[in-house]
Amino acid sequence: MADKNEILEEHISSEYKYGWSSDIKMDSAPKGLSEDIVRFISKKKNEPAWMLEWRLKAYRHWLTMKEPHDWAHLEYPKINYQDIIFYAAPKQKKELASLDEVDPELLKTFEKLGISLEEQKRLSGVQSTIAVDAVIDSVSVKTTFKETLSEKGIIFCSFSEAVQEHSELIKKYMGSVVPYTDNYFAALNSAVFTDGSFCYIPKGVRCPMELSTYFRINTAGTGQFERTLIIADEGAYVSYLEGCTAPQRDENQLHAAVVEIVAHKNGEVKYSTVQNWYPGDKEGKGGIYNFVTKRGICLEANSKISWTQVETGSAITWKYPSVILKGDNSIGEFYSVAVTNNHQQADTGTKMIHIGKNTRSTIVSKGISAGVSNNSYRGLVRVSKGATNARNHSQCDSLLIGSTCGAHTFPYIEIKDKSAIVEHEATTSKIGEDQIFYCNQRGIETEKAVSLIVNGYCKEVLNQLPMEFAVEAQKLLAVSLEGSVG
Amino acid sequence: MLTIKNLHAGISEKEILKGFNLEVKAGEVHAIMGPNGSGKSTLSNVLAGKKEYEVTAGEVKFKGKDLLVMSPEDRAREGLFLAFQYPIEIPGVSNINFLKTAINEIRAYKKMQPIDAKDFLKLVKEKQALVELQVTLANRSVNEGFSGGEKKRNEIFQMAMLEPTLCILDETDSGLDIDALRIVANGVNKLRSKNRSFVVITHYQRLLDYIIPDFVHVMYDGRIVKSGAKELALELEKKGYDWVKEKLAVGSGQ
Ligand SMILES: Nc1ncnc2c1ncn2[C@@H]1O[C@H](COP(=O)(O)OP(=O)(O)OP(=O)(O)O)[C@@H](O)[C@H]1O
Ligand SMILES: [Mg+2]
Repeated sequence: MADKNEILEEHISSEYKYGWSSDIKMDSAPKGLSEDIVRFISKKKNEPAWMLEWRLKAYRHWLTMKEPHDWAHLEYPKINYQDIIFYAAPKQKKELASLDEVDPELLKTFEKLGISLEEQKRLSGVQSTIAVDAVIDSVSVKTTFKETLSEKGIIFCSFSEAVQEHSELIKKYMGSVVPYTDNYFAALNSAVFTDGSFCYIPKGVRCPMELSTYFRINTAGTGQFERTLIIADEGAYVSYLEGCTAPQRDENQLHAAVVEIVAHKNGEVKYSTVQNWYPGDKEGKGGIYNFVTKRGICLEANSKISWTQVETGSAITWKYPSVILKGDNSIGEFYSVAVTNNHQQADTGTKMIHIGKNTRSTIVSKGISAGVSNNSYRGLVRVSKGATNARNHSQCDSLLIGSTCGAHTFPYIEIKDKSAIVEHEATTSKIGEDQIFYCNQRGIETEKAVSLIVNGYCKEVLNQLPMEFAVEAQKLLAVSLEGSVG
Repeated sequence: MLTIKNLHAGISEKEILKGFNLEVKAGEVHAIMGPNGSGKSTLSNVLAGKKEYEVTAGEVKFKGKDLLVMSPEDRAREGLFLAFQYPIEIPGVSNINFLKTAINEIRAYKKMQPIDAKDFLKLVKEKQALVELQVTLANRSVNEGFSGGEKKRNEIFQMAMLEPTLCILDETDSGLDIDALRIVANGVNKLRSKNRSFVVITHYQRLLDYIIPDFVHVMYDGRIVKSGAKELALELEKKGYDWVKEKLAVGSGQ
């Protein structure tokens, strides 16, 4: 195993590294939201009538809802939905026969992000291969390794393509975990979602490589509304990775995604995110509003869904990846690191809904706050009546750097079945002067000491990530905390 | 190597070091003994650059440079090592990672390339053997859940790895069982060289049976009140500190 600490030896610049924007020819909708815009998007994507109907229903429902401002520990101005571009796509021919046809600016964009869209390059690498779906603003631009995967019957493609090519699966599963009525931002997403990834792993297949999607918001003033749908059929397994970045801009941009996961009997899905949307500058100007609904359902017996997230970016994060444990003996896991610095705000956590018998869930949440930021853990563990022998263990730790930041924990526990065993542990600690001095005395400067201590603190979560992601996550932690200790 | 002249230092208005003087030459081993609260750990912390302590007077030269203006990490990179009386735990950070980071920071300061992975492993093996540190301890998180004795041994392991020029050992012997004491002392003896000096703070003559000092100093109320050869430690062991205190009272005419 390579040394995960190695990256700490690299020089890391303290500015947001992905803050450039690329000059790609775009095809955009006019600003604002209306039924016409919903129709425009659907038409652009050449969608069947049922899809448009679903969008319109969602849109009409959304109109009846109110933007949530009361319950989360967040403060943000009312969003002006008429000032957002809901569809922006790079101008290019629809079907690409080879990489040569991709806009060279676009390829450069992904090269800068360190993502290779060339299969050969990845294949020849020593490390495990990853199939990539690259989504820029509203559309998926390229999915790699499609052929290799399709030999095993695995479907990994953009959501738009799935709507065309696999409409039965989409009709069956879309909205089955997160209905459009679920919440304000889920309703919005259902009306205007533009693209995202779709994965289907058939019965008994273990996906031979990591599947990953990279999302990037490029055009100014656009919102990103992607949908991801992952299905593990009976006995299937897949590990899915999601990475996000955005250019540095003065205004706030909205990102409202929906992710749905379904695990059938003995099926397992491992979902990892490293979220690094632009967090705004030191004064709190700009940055992404990240309002995301992520939910999985362990539909049948012995299934498992595991969420791992490293949240370092966004001005505001509002996100609760959840698992509905419906099948007997099913397992839900949530491993999270959320870092806030400067003026960032995060309200994140999970919901574990125990319905089946002998269901188990594990929650490990590590919050790190610095600057004048606010970091909240909000979690719900619900054990329904009849969910006999449900088990939950929650560990929520907060680490404070400096004395001007805030950490909050809101654990909600609802138990309707007496046989349940639910444990909750919470700790709050500060990076000690003594720890830093100890590192200093060994020749390690304070900034590096902080990143070393923080990485140690997050180890339990970072260990859940695939190797390449873990390295990236460590780098991000170091970058986002730079300058946080005087 | 190290010259301390008339050092006054304290914490929040309280003066702890009150005119401390010491000269340590390359290759020498100095033992400092003295009753609880006399300021021994304060001296080590001040030398290592701990922020809370304020130096109000005096000067400290380390290898000809003004030590007191340097940051704590630069002091370490210049070759000053402190084996802590109470080593700190860093959960989740393996000893090995910790040391590799430290070594590379020190190397970068000296404009050297990061250490090669193979060389590093070789070094770990070699130094582990030197202090007979269990392999599992080297891989565990820094001091986390270590027993008192294991922590002390780990300090010496770190010292061996970082190859400093001035080693300050603050009561490294307390908490060690008889075998561990011998092992740690042997480790220190193997590290003795004509270019490396030691300041050994201890309460017990026993340690000095193994690590034979060139000088023994008695510290009392923030300064050295008596210095001598290694026999002084034996005398102290027999007579206790009251003997020194009495003499002091007489000597100063109180
Ligand atoms: N951080 C601090 N705050 C307040 N007082 C302190 C602090 N550090 C040291 N002191 C005081 O300074 C004096 C010297 O302490 P120091 O720890 O240096 O003694 P020592 O000689 O190392 O003792 P021991 O043999 O018990 O280790 C003591 O009276 C102690 O209480
Ligand atoms: Mg002491």
